[in-house]
Amino acid sequence: MADKILMKGNEALAEAAIMAGCRHYFGYPITPQTEVAAYMAKRMPKIGGCFLQAESEIAAINMCIGAAAAGKRAMTSSSSPGISLKSEGISYMAGCDLPALIVNVQRGGPGLGGIQPSQSDYFQATRGGGHGDYHLLVLAPSSVQEMADLVSKGFDLAEKYRMPCMLLADGTMGQMMEPVELREREEAPADKPWALTGTENKRKPNIINSLALEPQELEKWNEERFKRYDIVRENEQMSQSYRMEDAEICVVAFGIAARVSQNAVDMARAKGIKAGMIRPITLWPFPEKALKAAAGQCKAFVSVELNMGQMIEDVKLSIECSRPVSLCCRTGGMIPSPDEVLAAVERAAEGGK
Amino acid sequence: MIVFEKPKALTDAPLHYCPGCTHGIIHRLVAEAIDSLDIAGKTIGVASVGCSVFAYNYFNVDMVQAAHGRAPAVATGVKRADPSKIVFTYQGDGDLASIGTAETVHAAARGENITVIFVNNAIYGMTGGQMAPTSLPGQVTQTSPYGRDVNTVGYPVRICELLATLDGTGYVERVAVNNVKNVRNAKKAIEKAFRRQTEGKGFSLIEVLSTCPTNWGKTPEGATEWLEQNMIPYYPLGVYKDKYAEEAAK
Repeated sequence: MADKILMKGNEALAEAAIMAGCRHYFGYPITPQTEVAAYMAKRMPKIGGCFLQAESEIAAINMCIGAAAAGKRAMTSSSSPGISLKSEGISYMAGCDLPALIVNVQRGGPGLGGIQPSQSDYFQATRGGGHGDYHLLVLAPSSVQEMADLVSKGFDLAEKYRMPCMLLADGTMGQMMEPVELREREEAPADKPWALTGTENKRKPNIINSLALEPQELEKWNEERFKRYDIVRENEQMSQSYRMEDAEICVVAFGIAARVSQNAVDMARAKGIKAGMIRPITLWPFPEKALKAAAGQCKAFVSVELNMGQMIEDVKLSIECSRPVSLCCRTGGMIPSPDEVLAAVERAAEGGK
Repeated sequence: MIVFEKPKALTDAPLHYCPGCTHGIIHRLVAEAIDSLDIAGKTIGVASVGCSVFAYNYFNVDMVQAAHGRAPAVATGVKRADPSKIVFTYQGDGDLASIGTAETVHAAARGENITVIFVNNAIYGMTGGQMAPTSLPGQVTQTSPYGRDVNTVGYPVRICELLATLDGTGYVERVAVNNVKNVRNAKKAIEKAFRRQTEGKGFSLIEVLSTCPTNWGKTPEGATEWLEQNMIPYYPLGVYKDKYAEEAAK
């Protein structure tokens, strides 16, 4: 077992990517994720990898497309406004069935917004973000340890299902320091017979493409992709339950909001309120099975988010609106305090909103 | 004795280009260069958005299709993934000189070891004949119906001249395919650009002045005449930068 070391979330994530076999990173500076690029700039040349600072986020994601098309584990990272720019490339990646890891260390928006932590790109991440019918795998770390662990998981899932994966962190996760244990990857890299490696005059050319002018063909491609999404929905939902055994009030929160909410759950328990928490780790596929099961025992749900209420829609859909769902939120870079979450839990326990 | 045959680097797929369009000639020249250097097995092409979007069906090599203007960035990723591969993009003027200007300029500035085939026909062809960044002053298009007015929409972009100012650029030349002599020169330039890449000599771009009879509203013959009389004076042919020849001469 490796020793624990104290690391910033962004740097733990970067080192974890290298340990997961990523040797191609394309970035562009933006707060609060710039440490990822700085770390890669230091490390990649020493291990024979490629760090390239692109001329724009648009170019960075397209470089990722190129390296992924050539069969490499490629990664890019950015923060909210930069992810908007990458959205074109992300849509192409999805349309080309290319695996890659895209990191979004979210900050407040819309527009230039601010540089403080946020979860306001939830819709953008879980609904696709760019144009067309598609999904990303979306993973939400809530500790520096998970910033590292979910990188390797993300690459593995992306390659298994041939789809881009987004690691949806926030400014807090990126900037805070915690002890972390970095682990060598276990799974062997996926076989990629579709990759562009040159025909060597031995096989027919491989073509990576998202264009189909015949509507019947494009419909077929999309339907096949969604069959794959169904398998992902069935097999890859991940969440963590906290004090849910006898919970009557279920808090739903991810990322930094889950850290705050965990304290609020303990405070509520101390006051005699049977509160628990479900923390989604995959935001897409959303852990609807866990939520649905919780609806059988809980009388109310509280969605805690760093935005004006986005995940709450998935909570309601998962439990098919069978229980009241209230929202506890701060936005613009503000983080709800444990007291604020506690007050929301108390209101829910009293049957109010 | 075989004196003429289809290049091996072209597939058997029938080209979809309009009658008289010179994309077919340029495809052939690229394929001949690949054949002559015997690099098809390690070549990866990047198709762009525009009339040549289906290039991935025509070149008998591994291909990826890029978003509009992004081909040099995609090519950068492919090349960095495995520098032993030969990577080229095939782009039109709207793709390369308008929406993809940043990607073009910065791939050149980095000295990215790729080859860019830039087909300039002074118009957006696939969308039906709109004004391009390279449309000539006074040129009538669907979106400049009274002729390109430089006082309101500005001037054409001369890519070779622009890229020649960058230290990272290895080799840029402008050629044309309007007559046999120019086609032969174009063939030499394209082959040289690919050879430079095999030697690790950085970014090369060949601008090929091309015709668009359909959207220019001309016969194929009239289009080659229009190219000669209007495009070549504005876009003079020749080598704009050849870093290694310059260094060798020193």
